[in-house]
Amino acid sequence: MIAIAAFFLLAAIAVASAVAMLFQRNAVNSCLCLVLAFFALAGLYVLLGSPFIAAIQVIVYAGAIMVLFLFVIMLLNLTAREQPQKRPRVLPFAVAFGLMLFIELVVALRSPAGQVAASRAPETTVEEIGTQLFTHYIYPFELSSVLILAAIVGAVMLAKKKL
Amino acid sequence: MTGFLEFLLIAVKCVAVFAVVMTGVPFMVWFERKAVAHFQSRLGPMYVGPHGILQPFADAIKLMFKEDFVPPQADKVIYYIAPLIGITTAFLGFSVIPFGPDTTLFGLVKTPLSLQLTDLNIGLLIVFSATAMGVYGIVLAGWSSNSKYALLGALRSTAQMASYELSLGLSTVAVLMLAGSLSLNSIVSAQSGYFAGFVPRWFIFQAPMGFLAFLLYFICGVAETNRAPFDFPEAEQELVAGFHTEYSSMKFAMFFMSEYINMIGVSCLATTLFLGGWNGWGASPGTSYGWIVGLGWFVVKVLFLLFVYVWLRATLPRLRYDQLMAFGWKFLFPLSMANILATAVWISLRAA
Amino acid sequence: MIPLNWYLILSAVLFTIGVVGVFFRRDLITLFMCVELQLNGANLALIAFSRSLGDVAGQIIVFFVITVAAAEAAVGLAIMIALFHHKENLDSERVDLMKG
Repeated sequence: MIAIAAFFLLAAIAVASAVAMLFQRNAVNSCLCLVLAFFALAGLYVLLGSPFIAAIQVIVYAGAIMVLFLFVIMLLNLTAREQPQKRPRVLPFAVAFGLMLFIELVVALRSPAGQVAASRAPETTVEEIGTQLFTHYIYPFELSSVLILAAIVGAVMLAKKKL
Repeated sequence: MTGFLEFLLIAVKCVAVFAVVMTGVPFMVWFERKAVAHFQSRLGPMYVGPHGILQPFADAIKLMFKEDFVPPQADKVIYYIAPLIGITTAFLGFSVIPFGPDTTLFGLVKTPLSLQLTDLNIGLLIVFSATAMGVYGIVLAGWSSNSKYALLGALRSTAQMASYELSLGLSTVAVLMLAGSLSLNSIVSAQSGYFAGFVPRWFIFQAPMGFLAFLLYFICGVAETNRAPFDFPEAEQELVAGFHTEYSSMKFAMFFMSEYINMIGVSCLATTLFLGGWNGWGASPGTSYGWIVGLGWFVVKVLFLLFVYVWLRATLPRLRYDQLMAFGWKFLFPLSMANILATAVWISLRAA
Repeated sequence: MIPLNWYLILSAVLFTIGVVGVFFRRDLITLFMCVELQLNGANLALIAFSRSLGDVAGQIIVFFVITVAAAEAAVGLAIMIALFHHKENLDSERVDLMKG
């Protein structure tokens, strides 16, 4: 009962802030709406029994990536310029396309097995994730560290003014 | 019905923690001024109340009566919510800290009552989430003030906090490896008992790596809370105060309070992770009075760490911003990674 | 409890909002934020399936998706900074020539 109420509340916050993100004039306001959406998603992950992934979502996505976005917006002062939107011409087509995509996704993802409640397993512990990560998924784990190194080097090289 | 009773119990604990922390803030304000004064061979506030003990209340009344000024082109919504974000995230870290062993309140309650708001499986990550969100209070305050000094101060402060957050997290990995769990309750329980009868089994004593991890954690904690010697973004232009330049009255008071609450939070967490939490002589969960002794030990350890904070402020000169960033990235970060490696080697040698 | 389909519909809604945003917004930063929203919609679907099937692999995949998204955000924002230095604005209508 409480779970259903929590689900609807979090889903409403996530969808409302995602839609609000689209219609903000200010890029900083869009960022903040997206952070709110990420929080709602973290709440949904907790509801789905993955507190670890929820904490990672808040620490990495909402707490680091969005701060990076805010930094770029503030340093480049992107809100000082007016950003004319394509709104009058493109919005109806965009919404129609979105509706078609949504209907396709719902038809593709719906499954009779999915009628069973999404709560069969107990809450996932950090031990389980750690064990899997360091035994079966050790190869992607090491590769992701190389990826992050490449991203760091690439970001520094791209954003420098003089090489 | 029991569900509602549990909820009520947690609500009562929340109010209690909130009240104690909010009492701790004026105490810290007074303590800092007196301690810094005595470090400098002077007396500090003596006028308001005996030995100036009512000085923080005088400060609070003064701040309440100041003109509440909003800069003209500021983004009003963000201007108002930035201090709220700061102070809310400062309080969130207290939700998982165990303040004492389980208590039966001298036999009043049948099932033992835990002196912790909630014992989550991922307790330590909640504290890190709160720290990560605390950055938003600062960056939004600087941005919404619509002032160049505020914005630059905020961005520098944010960059500093984000850089030291890394080493903060990595230095606690050594503790996690020694304790084997992210739940703060298990970490404190793993530090009970004594080596050779008299040396407590706190993580600060458990290995040379434990002491190094504590130093790393504490230094990064000082940098996270923007305290001296890492308070360059706040005190750089001493005429203008960094990200809270354009704030006055109660909103400034909220930033001021959130800094002290963050300090208390970092000290509480360092006590829990490295100094054994509520463990100490006489604080065993078995006896009926053990919880008072445990609570007392916890408070003593936190007060000691707060004194170290003030000691650092009174003694060390401020680091310049580039020195600060170089220190965080080029020294602390590799050192914390090496600490993880050394702890792992030590654990595997000990087990062999 | 909560049926799996509700989570999948929510994930589809978030993904669709992201797609509509990519069509709709003109400035590159918000465009990029809509891409992040799409990634999050996919993450939600992965975790919902992981819960329903009792397999932890979905959460491991989400862990890697978050890591890759962080790396991608860093590089993408660096590209935008470089573009901004070159063109003084981040308007997707005007960045349309391959020639520098």
